[in-house]
Amino acid sequence: MRFALIWDHLFMVFWAVVFSLIIGLPLGVLTYFYPKARKTILWVVDLFQTIPSLALLGIIMVFLGAGRQTVITGLTLYSLLPIVRNTYLGLREVEPALKEAARGMGMSRSYQLFHVEMPLASPVIFTGIRIAAVNAVGTAVFAIFVGGGGLGSLLYNGIRIQNMSMILKGTGVLMLMAILFDFGMGRIEVLLNRRAAGKTRVSQGCAE
Amino acid sequence: MSAFFSTYGQMLIRSILIHLKYVVISVSVGFVLGLMLGILLSRLPPKFSAVILPVLSIFQTVPGIVFIGVLFLWIGMIPATTIIALSVYAMFPVLKNTYTGICQVPANYCEAAVGCGMTPTQVMVQVELPLAMPTIIGGLRLSTVYTISWAVLSSMIGLGGLGDFIYQGVSSNNNTLIVAGAIPAAVMAVTAGALIDQLQKRVVPRGLRKEAAK
Repeated sequence: MRFALIWDHLFMVFWAVVFSLIIGLPLGVLTYFYPKARKTILWVVDLFQTIPSLALLGIIMVFLGAGRQTVITGLTLYSLLPIVRNTYLGLREVEPALKEAARGMGMSRSYQLFHVEMPLASPVIFTGIRIAAVNAVGTAVFAIFVGGGGLGSLLYNGIRIQNMSMILKGTGVLMLMAILFDFGMGRIEVLLNRRAAGKTRVSQGCAE
Repeated sequence: MSAFFSTYGQMLIRSILIHLKYVVISVSVGFVLGLMLGILLSRLPPKFSAVILPVLSIFQTVPGIVFIGVLFLWIGMIPATTIIALSVYAMFPVLKNTYTGICQVPANYCEAAVGCGMTPTQVMVQVELPLAMPTIIGGLRLSTVYTISWAVLSSMIGLGGLGDFIYQGVSSNNNTLIVAGAIPAAVMAVTAGALIDQLQKRVVPRGLRKEAAK
């Protein structure tokens, strides 16, 4: 039964991160391409994260009803900020010389984006995904209030029936999950960084 | 609409005030504690912070609901439960940002200050803290927004606040109640965030502000 809870929890986190990537990546690229839209987009995604979790989930529940779909929507909105911001930062921090070289070679704008800028920005974008995932593990606890299940139910019921060991078990699993996500994705980040750095070095070598 | 306010108006205002009370007290306590511990941590040798900071970030992964719940079982249903839990959570971002902010102050500024004959306290108060202030206020923003969010949970243990509305609304499937609790909470968080953003612009030392404008 406990595995079902963990599975539920991971299911919600996973889909939330996937959806926020689908929405967030294009938004991040937009903020990079159109300085005019930047402020508005960043402001809106920042606004989503400022709204208290339970309030946001409550408002979404008015429209979508109780259940997982509400939780996943809420978590998706929460995860947008790190992903959009890091996509934008990652693209911005790509070395200007490389961007120029790509243009000089006659790459079209989209070719340059997909073959030069995105690969080089990938470590920073991945950091955004990691932050989003770790946050989502914590926020998904609120699912219990809107009928979404997950590990929050262990905590909530533990508090209700004053069962300390139940609370501690739930907390332990949640902490472990967050730490594993953080650590595991941190490792991938290191690998991505090494790859991106290697690529830059090669291309700089060519330019010299 | 008017029917709603005549029924719930009083209760809503009371809830908003209770919510604000929790937030203001907890954030103030958390800010002062975080600032002092952050300064203390920056004075200690780096090997301490190498241990303490990861421990803090692990502790931060404990969901607020757990902390409030456990304290509730220990202390009981008194406002102190909420305030202690929220203060501890509010402390973390401030502590972390104070520490990073102070560490990011370029060493040559501190050296110059020492060379001018400043005492260590003067260097701290007149050089390091002002330069670290924008980062520290960034931490304050995080902790305020979090605290407004977590304070909703105090109604879970029967201590009032805007959570009452959301909570009752969710459990009785009453959308009006949910919205009545959620919107003031959201407005409160967004307003607090915007106010602190303004504050953050103010506290940037004048010399640096010019540099940024160039």
